[in-house]
Amino acid sequence: MADAAWVPSLPSAVLTTTITPRHTAIVRVTHWITTLCFFALLVSGVEIVISHPRFYWGETGNVLTPTLFVLPIPASRSAVPTGYGFVLPDQNGWSRYLHFQAAWVALLTGLLYTVYGLFTPHFRKYLLPAGSDLTWGAVSRILANHLSFKPPGEAEAWSYNVLQRLTYLFVIFILFPLMIWTGLAMSPAVASALPATVTVLGGQQSARTIHFFGTVFLVLFLLVHIVMVYRAGFRNRTRAMITGRAAAHKEHP
Amino acid sequence: MSNVSRRKLITTGLAATAGVSGLAVAARFADRYGLIPPDHGGIYGPGETLTYAAQRLLTRHSLAREFPRSQISTRPFANGKPPRGEDFKRLQAGGFADWRLAVDGMVARPASLSLAELRSYPSRSQITHLACEEGWSFIAEWIGVPLFHVLNAVGILPQARYVVYFSIQRGWMNSIDMADALHPQTLVTYGMNDGELPVGHGGPLRLRVPRQLGYKNVKYITRLTVTDSLKEFSPGGSYAWYAGI
Repeated sequence: MADAAWVPSLPSAVLTTTITPRHTAIVRVTHWITTLCFFALLVSGVEIVISHPRFYWGETGNVLTPTLFVLPIPASRSAVPTGYGFVLPDQNGWSRYLHFQAAWVALLTGLLYTVYGLFTPHFRKYLLPAGSDLTWGAVSRILANHLSFKPPGEAEAWSYNVLQRLTYLFVIFILFPLMIWTGLAMSPAVASALPATVTVLGGQQSARTIHFFGTVFLVLFLLVHIVMVYRAGFRNRTRAMITGRAAAHKEHP
Repeated sequence: MSNVSRRKLITTGLAATAGVSGLAVAARFADRYGLIPPDHGGIYGPGETLTYAAQRLLTRHSLAREFPRSQISTRPFANGKPPRGEDFKRLQAGGFADWRLAVDGMVARPASLSLAELRSYPSRSQITHLACEEGWSFIAEWIGVPLFHVLNAVGILPQARYVVYFSIQRGWMNSIDMADALHPQTLVTYGMNDGELPVGHGGPLRLRVPRQLGYKNVKYITRLTVTDSLKEFSPGGSYAWYAGI
């Protein structure tokens, strides 16, 4: 298993040329499929939101009712008052097709990854934080390192620190399921079969609003993720996620 | 070496055959149980088929949520404008007394029903959500005759698979499968919130399919056609045929 080769095993004589497997094939393939799906979902989701950039809480909401908040963007429907003197073209046909197709691919990919993570040491070894790391001291030390833009230490080149682990766990086990749940809760058909999935959220408009904030968190995660990969060595880290291999000590030239 | 590659070849061949026949069996099963939507082709076909099949398995007998009177929206939004055609204006001027709903296609007794005749059928009133694919919604009480009463009255033929419904507005139409057509909450709607169905909301006659989004709830309907194929009845546009999500 590539897992076993996670820790650099060769002596430092071949420092700059040591190539060590970093990510297993399943992790790499599911990572990039999820990336593709995420962009498809984001683009189509933005297109869908443009047709009604107003948000509500509860079961119902429309242009005649008060809003929770309004995005200050133009809309693709003339019925929505936006303050802009123009109406964008309607893109919801293909956007909705693409959104649900990408959601299916993301869901099935996520299931494959989760089954893999549960039946191999993946989750336990790389994502579950050690009990001793779950202290305010440890977390705030890492946070302080990040905020003072200290380069990651040698250990962090090979393993995720507690902050990374908690973030990945939050995205994988809280945000992704929440996006699927709130997405399904907007469906009148799903609501008919499983009404509790809607009522515990406070209504279908609440589900839509939570779905929007979930997107905001996922986009924030993506931005921080890219910045972190860049700071850790963009070429090397990206290569590691494509080929599975990373040059061991070429992180910070 | 050649042994290993032969074994590999046989295993791969067997796996491929099993996979292909598995898919064929699944497709056959899905078709028999009405799990394949008419827009199953094209690049979005796989996702659309998965959505339709999954939701049909989940919802075949489920009822759309009904709400207490206190949750009826005080400000329901009437999207779009009433038809501008002369035929509509003339019927509207006459208080829709001459409005008729034709029922044809694969039926034993084609009919043309007046509003009075529709009102004489058993009626149903339900307080349900109307959600537009754009994201807005409201709750209203809808009063009408369940579509299955109309279909029973004209006698649908056993090969019927879809009901197509047409608006008086040219080019505006849509269709549903028999699971939705025979569903107790699918209403040929003529009333809303204890009154006539307002023109803005599709009056005098609108098909309400509460387990699907707004664009399947066609306003100003004048004709129902029962059919076994949607080949001749493409609604046009780029929207998914199934709108349960």
